[in-house]
Amino acid sequence: MAGDLKDGLIVIVGASLAGLRAAEALREEGFTGSLTVVGDEPHAPYDRPPLSKQVLLGQATADTLELPMRRDPDAEWRLGVRATGVDLLAKRVLLADGDSLPYDRLLIATGTRARPWPNPEEGALDGVFTLRTREDGAGLAERLAARPERVLVIGGGFTGSEIASACRELGLAVTVAERGPAPLVGALGGTLSKLAAVMQRNHGVDLRTGVTVTALNGNGAFTGAQLSDGSRVEADVCVVALGAIRNVEWLAESGLAAGPRGIACDAGCRAFTMYGIVTDDVFVAGDVSRFPHPLFGYQMLSLEHWGNAVEQAAVAAHNMVNPGPLQRPHLALPVFWSTQFGLNIKSVGVPTYSDHVVIAQGSLEARRLAMVYGYQGRVTAAVTVDMAKALDYYRHLIETAAPFPPPPGAQDRAIAADIAIPSAVPDPSVLSHGPTVALTGHLPDRRLTVV
Amino acid sequence: MVEMRTVVDLTRCQGYAQCVFLAPEVFELHGEEGLLYATAVPDDQVERVRQAAAACPVQAILLGEEVSTGGR
Amino acid sequence: MDSATLLARITDYASRPNPYPLYAELREAGPVVPQADGSYLIGTYHHIAALLHDPRMSADPRTRGEMTHKPPFLRLDDPEHHRLRTLAMRPFGPPHSPGRVDGMRGEIDRITEALLEPFEAGHQVDIVDDFAYPLPVTVICRLLGVPHEDEPLFRAWSDAIVAAADVRPDDESAEPDKGGDQARMELGGYLLNLAEQRRGKPGEDMLSAFVNEPDPALRLTPEELAETAVLLLIAGHETTVNLIANGALTFLRQPEQLDRLRREPELLPRAVEELLRYEPPVHMRERIPHADMDIAGTPVPRGVPVILALASGNRDPQRFPDPDRFDPARQDNQHLGFGSGIHACYGGPLARLEAYAALGALLPHLATASLVQDPPPYRQNAMLRGPRHLPVRL
Repeated sequence: MAGDLKDGLIVIVGASLAGLRAAEALREEGFTGSLTVVGDEPHAPYDRPPLSKQVLLGQATADTLELPMRRDPDAEWRLGVRATGVDLLAKRVLLADGDSLPYDRLLIATGTRARPWPNPEEGALDGVFTLRTREDGAGLAERLAARPERVLVIGGGFTGSEIASACRELGLAVTVAERGPAPLVGALGGTLSKLAAVMQRNHGVDLRTGVTVTALNGNGAFTGAQLSDGSRVEADVCVVALGAIRNVEWLAESGLAAGPRGIACDAGCRAFTMYGIVTDDVFVAGDVSRFPHPLFGYQMLSLEHWGNAVEQAAVAAHNMVNPGPLQRPHLALPVFWSTQFGLNIKSVGVPTYSDHVVIAQGSLEARRLAMVYGYQGRVTAAVTVDMAKALDYYRHLIETAAPFPPPPGAQDRAIAADIAIPSAVPDPSVLSHGPTVALTGHLPDRRLTVV
Repeated sequence: MVEMRTVVDLTRCQGYAQCVFLAPEVFELHGEEGLLYATAVPDDQVERVRQAAAACPVQAILLGEEVSTGGR
Repeated sequence: MDSATLLARITDYASRPNPYPLYAELREAGPVVPQADGSYLIGTYHHIAALLHDPRMSADPRTRGEMTHKPPFLRLDDPEHHRLRTLAMRPFGPPHSPGRVDGMRGEIDRITEALLEPFEAGHQVDIVDDFAYPLPVTVICRLLGVPHEDEPLFRAWSDAIVAAADVRPDDESAEPDKGGDQARMELGGYLLNLAEQRRGKPGEDMLSAFVNEPDPALRLTPEELAETAVLLLIAGHETTVNLIANGALTFLRQPEQLDRLRREPELLPRAVEELLRYEPPVHMRERIPHADMDIAGTPVPRGVPVILALASGNRDPQRFPDPDRFDPARQDNQHLGFGSGIHACYGGPLARLEAYAALGALLPHLATASLVQDPPPYRQNAMLRGPRHLPVRL
C-alpha cells in the first residue's frame, strides 16, 4: 500500500560497514521492499581495521576481509560505480555510469577516504602509500614483506602509529614524523600522548615531533623526505597517514547540509538541508555523518569509529521504516580501540571534550591504567590502557554525567587520582593527524554572550 | 563450500580471551589484551570459531558468509 | 514474607532444588535488599553486572575487617590480583600458552569415552559419581600434575574448604569455621610438596611450570604457589561437576530440547552457554565496598558484605526475554554464569571444553534414559549449587 514504510524503494549509497549493517537491519526491521546498495569500490563490504594490523603483519590477506553477514540483506548490489549526485525533488540517485536510481528513502553512508599527500606529483612516487582500501593494504603489505631499509610514516595518529607498530614488529626501521608535540595527542590529550611517545621510542621508532614533511624526494621511486627542521629522512617506503576526508563532494549540488565535516543530521539520522531543515526521506550513517549528542552539549560530532558506524546504521535503518513517534535517537557513546606496541588502548566518550584528566586506576609506569577525562566538573570520557574491563564502569559515569573527578574507593587507585591535570587537547590545526573525533560546533563556555 | 569469514566487534571486546583459548589458530592476543584474528576461517576451524562466538562473554564475534553481491 | 530473610531462605537447604522463586522475590524486593545479618543482597542483572565492573567493590575478605591470611587471586583486588592471575595464566592460557586448553580436547574426549563405556541400556547409573565428577577431576589432575590416586585425600580437604567458603547469613552465635583454614593449609602443603618434587625435573603439568619458572620476577612465592594451586584444584573440580550434572538434569527434564540438540548438534556450544545462564554452577559471589556507596538509591556502607546472586541475574526478565525457558538457541546470551569483569572465571574455557565433550557424548544415552528421582538430592552448598547424586535409568 502507498505510504507503507515497510515497503517501497530504499537506496543505500555506500557499501562498507555502515551500508551493510543498515541493509541487514532494514530486513530485520521487516522491510520487504526493494533494496539497492551502491558502492564505488568493486568489492563486497569488507572490514578496514585489519588493514593496519593483521594485513601488514601477514596474519590475514587483504582479499579475505569481507564482512560476514548477520543475515542476507537480499539487496541488489551496484558495486564499482560511484554515485555522482542526488535529486531531492525527483528522489533519484545519479550514478557515474549514467544510470539513476529512484528511491522512496535514501541512506547516505559514503564514509571517508584517506587524505592524500598534498603534492600529487610527489604522492604518485612509487613507494608512497595511503591506507584506506584493501588495495592500499595489499600494496603496502607486499612492500613491507620485501623488507625495505626504512619506512617513513607521516602523521602520528592512530593509523600512523599502528603502521609504525607493525613495521617494528616486522623488524623494519621506521621514522614517524608528526607536526604536533606527540603521537595520538589529538585524540587523547597531553598525558597519554607522552606515554605513546615513550612506547614508540622504546620499541625503536625514530619519532620526530614538532616537524612537518616539506617534500617527498625521488625520481620515479620514493627515496626520502625533507623535514621542516632541515633534516632529511632516507627511506624507501612512505605512508601518508594524515587523516581522512569525508566523501561529500558528490552532494555539492544536492542542497543537503554537506561539508568537509560531513553531512549534518539530527539525532534520528535524518539529514538536514543546507537551510537547516530536516528531511524525512534522506538519512545518514557512519563516518560521513555529523550528529548532535546530548552528553556533549548537543555539539555536532563527527566520528571515524567502527562502533559508531554499526550503531548509527541500526538507528538509521529503524527510523527509515518506522513512523516518527516510534523513531529512536542515536545516543550511543563513542567508543574506539587501537592495538599498538603491544598495548590495547580503548576509549569511551569524547576525550577531546575535556579540560582536565586524572589517572583513576593503575599507572603510566605499569603501562596499565584508566584515565578519566572531565569537562567543567563532569566526567566526559575515559581511556584505558590494557584495562578494558574497567571501561564499563566509566561508561556509566559518562552516561550519568557523574561529577569529575570520579568517586574515591577504587581498587588499584593511583596515588594521584585526586590531582586533576589539564587534559591538554591541542587545537586540531597544529596536528599532522586528524583527530578521530571532531567536535564541529563550539564549546558551550566559549559561546558569545550578549552583554 | 564457501569459506567462512569472521569479524570481532572490538568496540565490545574486553579482552576475556575466551576465543583464543577455544580457537588459538584463528584468534591471538597481542600483548595482554589486544586481539588480532584471521578474517578467513578455514573449514577445519569453523566448529572452534562457532564455540568461540557462543562463549564470548560480550557476544562480540560474528561468524558467517560474506555477502553474495551477484558475482560482480 | 520479610525480604530481610531472603538470604537465610535461599541458603536454607530446603531451597536447594529450586531457589528460583526466591530469586524472583529478591528481584521484586530489590534491587538492593538489606538482610537481617547486615549484608545486602542483589539479584537484578544490570546492577550485578555494574557491580562486577565497579572498581570500588572489593573481592578481598580482609576489606570487611576479617583477619586472615592473604587469599588466592580470586579474592584479591588489583593490582595484586592482576599480578597473580597473570602469573597463574602463564602456563594455562594466552598470551603465553594459547594452545594449552585447546590441546586437551583429545584427552578430554578419551576420558569421557572411557567413563561412558559401562553405560549400558537398562543399567542404573549415578551421573554425578560415575561421570560428572570423575571427568573434571581426572582433567584437573593431569593439568596440574596431581596423582589421580590421591583423589580421596584431597577430596576431604576440598569438601572442608568449599563448605567453609559457602555463602550463608552471618550468625554471631556460631563457632567460626576453622576446618576450612586447616584443610587449606594441608592441601596447600600437599600441592607445594608435589611441586617441589618437580623442581629441576619438569613435566608438562602446571605445577612443574610454576616451580621451574626461570625468571624470578615471574615466579610465585611458595605461599602464592600453594594458594594458587589450591584454588585451581578446587575450582577445577567443584564447579564443572555442577555444569555437567545440571546439564544432564535439564536435558532429561526437557526431552524436546534433548531431541533438538541431537538433530542440531551445532547448537551444543550455545546450549552450554544457555546452561550457564539457566542453571549456573556458581550461584552467588560476595563483594565488599571499599568506600561508602550509593547502589541504586540505597546507601551501602563500606566494609559490609554485598551478595550478588548471579543465578538470579541470569533469570532477570529485564535482561533476558522469557528467562525461565531453557532455549539452546538463545541469542544475545550475555549471562553471568562465569561472572564478569576482572574476576571472570579463570577456568571457564576448560569447563566449556569438558561440557562440550561430556554433554555431547551423553546426549545419545540420555535420549532413552529416565530420571530415577526428581528432584535429585542436592549438595549442601548454596553457592556451588548442583546435584549430589543424579540417579538415572539408562
